[in-house]
Amino acid sequence: MASLDSKIPKGPLSDKWTNHKSHINLVSPANKRLIDIIVVGTGLAGASASATLAELGYNVKAFCFQDSPRRAHSIAAQGGINAAKNYQGDGDSTYRLFYDTVKGGDYRSRESNVHRLAEVSTNIIDQCVAQGVPFARDYGGLLDNRSFGGVLVSRTFYAKGQTGQQLLLGAYSAMNRQIGRGKIKMYNRHEMMDLVLVDRKARGIIARNLVTGAVERHGAHAVVVASGGYGNVFFLSTNAMGSNVSAGWKIHQKGAHFANPCFTQIHPTCIPVSGDHQSKLTLMSESLRNDGRIWVPKNLDEVQAIREGKLSPTQLKEEDRDYYLERRYPAFGNLVPRDVASRAAKERCDAGYGVNATGEAVYLDFAAAITRYGKEQAHVKGLNENDAALVKKLGQDVVRSKYGNLFQMYEKIVDQNPYETPMMIYPAVHYTMGGVWVDYNLMTSIPGCYAIGEANFSDHGANRLGASALMQGLADGYFVLPYTIGDYLADDIRTGAIATDSPEFDAAEKAVLDKISLFLNNKGEHSVDYYHKKLGKIMWDKCGMSRNAEGLKEAMAEIKALREDFYKNVNVPGTDTEFNEQLAKAGRVADFLELGELFAKDALERTESCGGHFREESQTPEGEAMRDDENFTFVSAWEYKGEPADAVLHKEDLNYEEIEVKTRSYK
Amino acid sequence: MNLTLKIWRQANTTSKGEMVTYPIENVSPDMSFLEMMDVLNEQLINKGIDPVAFDHDCREGICGMCSMYINGEAHGPDRLVTTCQLHMRKFKDGETITIEPFRANAFPVVKDLAVDRSAFDRIQHAGGFVSVNTSGNTQDANNIPIDKHDADKAFDAATCIGCGACVASCKNASAMLFVSAKVSQYALLPQGKIEATDRVLNMVKQMDDEGFGNCTNTGACEVECPKGISLENIARMNREYLFATAKG
Repeated sequence: MASLDSKIPKGPLSDKWTNHKSHINLVSPANKRLIDIIVVGTGLAGASASATLAELGYNVKAFCFQDSPRRAHSIAAQGGINAAKNYQGDGDSTYRLFYDTVKGGDYRSRESNVHRLAEVSTNIIDQCVAQGVPFARDYGGLLDNRSFGGVLVSRTFYAKGQTGQQLLLGAYSAMNRQIGRGKIKMYNRHEMMDLVLVDRKARGIIARNLVTGAVERHGAHAVVVASGGYGNVFFLSTNAMGSNVSAGWKIHQKGAHFANPCFTQIHPTCIPVSGDHQSKLTLMSESLRNDGRIWVPKNLDEVQAIREGKLSPTQLKEEDRDYYLERRYPAFGNLVPRDVASRAAKERCDAGYGVNATGEAVYLDFAAAITRYGKEQAHVKGLNENDAALVKKLGQDVVRSKYGNLFQMYEKIVDQNPYETPMMIYPAVHYTMGGVWVDYNLMTSIPGCYAIGEANFSDHGANRLGASALMQGLADGYFVLPYTIGDYLADDIRTGAIATDSPEFDAAEKAVLDKISLFLNNKGEHSVDYYHKKLGKIMWDKCGMSRNAEGLKEAMAEIKALREDFYKNVNVPGTDTEFNEQLAKAGRVADFLELGELFAKDALERTESCGGHFREESQTPEGEAMRDDENFTFVSAWEYKGEPADAVLHKEDLNYEEIEVKTRSYK
Repeated sequence: MNLTLKIWRQANTTSKGEMVTYPIENVSPDMSFLEMMDVLNEQLINKGIDPVAFDHDCREGICGMCSMYINGEAHGPDRLVTTCQLHMRKFKDGETITIEPFRANAFPVVKDLAVDRSAFDRIQHAGGFVSVNTSGNTQDANNIPIDKHDADKAFDAATCIGCGACVASCKNASAMLFVSAKVSQYALLPQGKIEATDRVLNMVKQMDDEGFGNCTNTGACEVECPKGISLENIARMNREYLFATAKG
């Protein structure tokens, strides 16, 4: 079986990427025309990779399950993208971005990958501006920045609360240019059903046309999986409804190791659950923590009064409020990293201080920011700074210009006006740091099969900092994969087109067809969603913000039982020759039912707390997460052996040459 | 809340469709419209009836995939929202709600309420980009200062989500608001000016080839647009087009 060679180049950390790029094999422009590459997924990573590979001259086939590449869920990213430009002159540098990312990841990411990410971050901004991405600007016409959690500089570039949309539309436009030139062949409403290996190399995929139901064979010299994260294993998350793990799981079943599945990010500021009908959760951007202050009442009597509607939060006096992040973490205050902020909210709510009917909400309050900005504006305009009504109006205008779309979204969902009353927020599953294991070249443990963006595991360790997902997606797609893939493809210039009439394609297609007919002929008694919701509940209760050995063991057993029941009793209506969303969903939930168990196994194995992974058995007397560097400074890469419980653990030891591993403190 | 739903059912692009009535009970006002549809589908599946197909993905109003025509309006009665952000509190107990797909010749029905909007993609292939390679070897981002007002206007145009509500709302099924949003974004930025002539000619030609109708300035598109894309963009595109044709 493939060993875990991370292929980190030799030499000093800051020279590794430059030296590596100068020494890897290249494919000549004439030969690139002879090589086909499949890209699965069209989010930031997939779209940018497809565009660049096509520009370089490769023939690209891109696949997405949505009706257009522009719908990929990167579009929903709100707050911003990090880059070490140091435009604000506040002491930022490549090293500092690298350091913050490794520290933010609680020392569980691969140093060389993170340094490369920080190095190419500045190119991303240049590239996007050249493409016409309309980032926010100041009155001098230059780019504006804001600050995100876990850092002490302002390095985040943004486009109001729609940064992901603007970056994705930029990458989509680069794709469109290549689609127009015929260098990318786009397959909308297609789902990757399996990976095809020939002589142990990735040589194509089986895809399904979701409109006609036709199962298709596609050959290629390399396959790139850019299918995003697996947060929907929790059923409720901030992911899109269609987001799934299937492409990543299929390659795992074919031999790609799956790394750190238990490293999941629970985002502190999401709109709380309103009832059993809830189908997904909506994020309120971390950028709001620049200006919003998080609090709960100090006294339980007032909590009760607020829950019963007898007291409004705006009536509560300043001294009766507990700004618990500012209290516990004076250095970073409301801008502590996401894992820390989420656990602190859970701690307060578990202690009975939650402010809504379910007891699972805290306040995010903009009143102080509105007053501060209002006074500033009044001063600039020479108006009366003591006129409270005027100051409020001016302040609200500033807040509207910064976060208008987020406030509107909140009002539509909750039916309350956040300009007048504090928002209610609660943590929700948002991002998965774990994913398919890749080496420095972003190749999985299957030769010729790559994983990029959220689908891989490499850059964020046990916790991702805000505004770093967009950075990683575009770095992988625009500036890393298109070059590292050449090193592998240089051996393929004489291979010729990959035939799809081979026994390997026959076998893969038959397995796909068998699975489809199994679902359709099952005629069980429960819908696909019934199982997905049950799985989500097990995951949230036992593998959520806080985990312990007993709960994780129970989770493994319960998920296995649920999976067995799913195959016996699931009911998938319709046929395989029509647009059948239930059939597509059945396949995705089947994969989640395997991943969930591996997730729990991974969490059970890692008895330390780190980043988003909090084991109750491993905490300091003050309740902070306690790492165990001696025993757990490694990546857990799981090898597929059929049943998830039988997966075999491979360890990639993490070595920190440049950074001293310390206890992460934001106090 | 108890409601009566009248929903367009159509098996595929070529088959004939019809309105079918379904009652639904115990709808919570806090549900989104699509969550209400989820509940309906769960009930249909349990009764052995084919669930209603509809497009949706992000459910936060940004991906542009959801596309229902509700009580005669694209994305329903609320303003500045997509169907996924429309909540049931906007309806009354006992109400009958009519749900149809976005209708236009250029948007053939895939199934039930899902339509094929790939014509929008093809318009973008024709010119919705700046021809710069993604090598990263461009000049420093701050070497191109851009007037904040222009940058903000370009951003406003660029927030179009490509849902097609403008087309569905237009009596001519015109795609002018969609196309002009992209033309405007680039026309307002220095990066886009170099190819402005070819871009507007190519995109408008593709729009016409796809079978979208003409614009007669009724402004229905602007009213129904979930992102508030302004009619000003159509005026700007017309100017760009006029200049481009005059330049030849």
